[in-house]
Amino acid sequence: MAKRAAPEVNAGSMADIAFLLLIFFLVTTTIEKDSGINRKLPPIDDSEVDPPIIKQKNIFTVLLNKNDQLLVEDEPMQIKDLRKAAVEFLDNGGDGTCDYCQGAKSPSSSDNPDKAIISLKNDRETSYAAYIAVQNELVAAYNVLRNRRALEIGPQNGFNDMDFIKMQDNIKDVRWTGDKEKLKEVVDQIKLEIPQKLSEVVE
Amino acid sequence: MSKFKKKKDGGLPPVNTASLPDIVFMLLFFFMVATVMREDTLFIQNQLPLADQVEKLDKKYPVSYIYMGKPSENYRKFGTVARIQLNDKFADVSEVGRFIDAERLALREELVPFLTVSLKVDKDANMGIVGDVKQELRKVNALKINYTTGIGDALSNIKN
Repeated sequence: MAKRAAPEVNAGSMADIAFLLLIFFLVTTTIEKDSGINRKLPPIDDSEVDPPIIKQKNIFTVLLNKNDQLLVEDEPMQIKDLRKAAVEFLDNGGDGTCDYCQGAKSPSSSDNPDKAIISLKNDRETSYAAYIAVQNELVAAYNVLRNRRALEIGPQNGFNDMDFIKMQDNIKDVRWTGDKEKLKEVVDQIKLEIPQKLSEVVE
Repeated sequence: MSKFKKKKDGGLPPVNTASLPDIVFMLLFFFMVATVMREDTLFIQNQLPLADQVEKLDKKYPVSYIYMGKPSENYRKFGTVARIQLNDKFADVSEVGRFIDAERLALREELVPFLTVSLKVDKDANMGIVGDVKQELRKVNALKINYTTGIGDALSNIKN
């Protein structure tokens, strides 16, 4: 008897399997997008103008030494307590001009958020990881206050349940349907009320 | 009727190769998906620190990358101190200014003021080199910077 030829395998569905896999990977993959902490460097100033005199109580000094230890306002501190300390300093409202501050109004701390300056100094040997952690906590302190302020004045302008971060995201988000002009005004107002004044010491 | 009977030669039937393109496509797609696009080949260790107060780096505007970190295993001959990598080679601090100038030349004029410099620094690098680079950037007036980080708990960066 003649040898029977092996029956051909039906390969028509192979393409379907391939497409199924392709679609699965397409759906599950997220394209990595870089993110980080945005900073603006101060321009080099060659002019001989004397820097304005700032009261000591309006400066919040943060020192980071070569062993990644923190010295905040001449007191050693753990990094986990930094955010709270910075919020208390910024939110103090010592001169009473800041009606949205809820701080202790202590005369020995900052006058108002506009005058309050955080000064950060690090050593050459400080590790970058520690530096980023400190930067992160200080930015977080500003964000805490800005979020609180956003939740206060947002509803007056018709933006309920939206903190500062969400407001900024919505401005950038093309799919968000709302009054972007007005939201931008609110965001600018908050930025003006609680400005990020973070200065770094350069030897 | 033997007239219609085909003669069998008894040899093996040829393997059906119709599905070969599909297999190839499947592999292609897999690698397309699994590959992470990298602008530069890194000669240095580059494990970014973590932070949670981050903003997305807008690709709408031009971004230049400056990498810093210890030379990786294969490049140990360049030492164990953190170094700067610009494009595809190690660089000195003094070359940062020229690098920014070159990046600016490649841009359309109206985009130049929006150039953001993304600092991708290894978490074990020290601040000395970062401070030097920042100073160089100030000299060439490239003031928009971004400390590119991973997303996570920033407190875990410091080991006490």
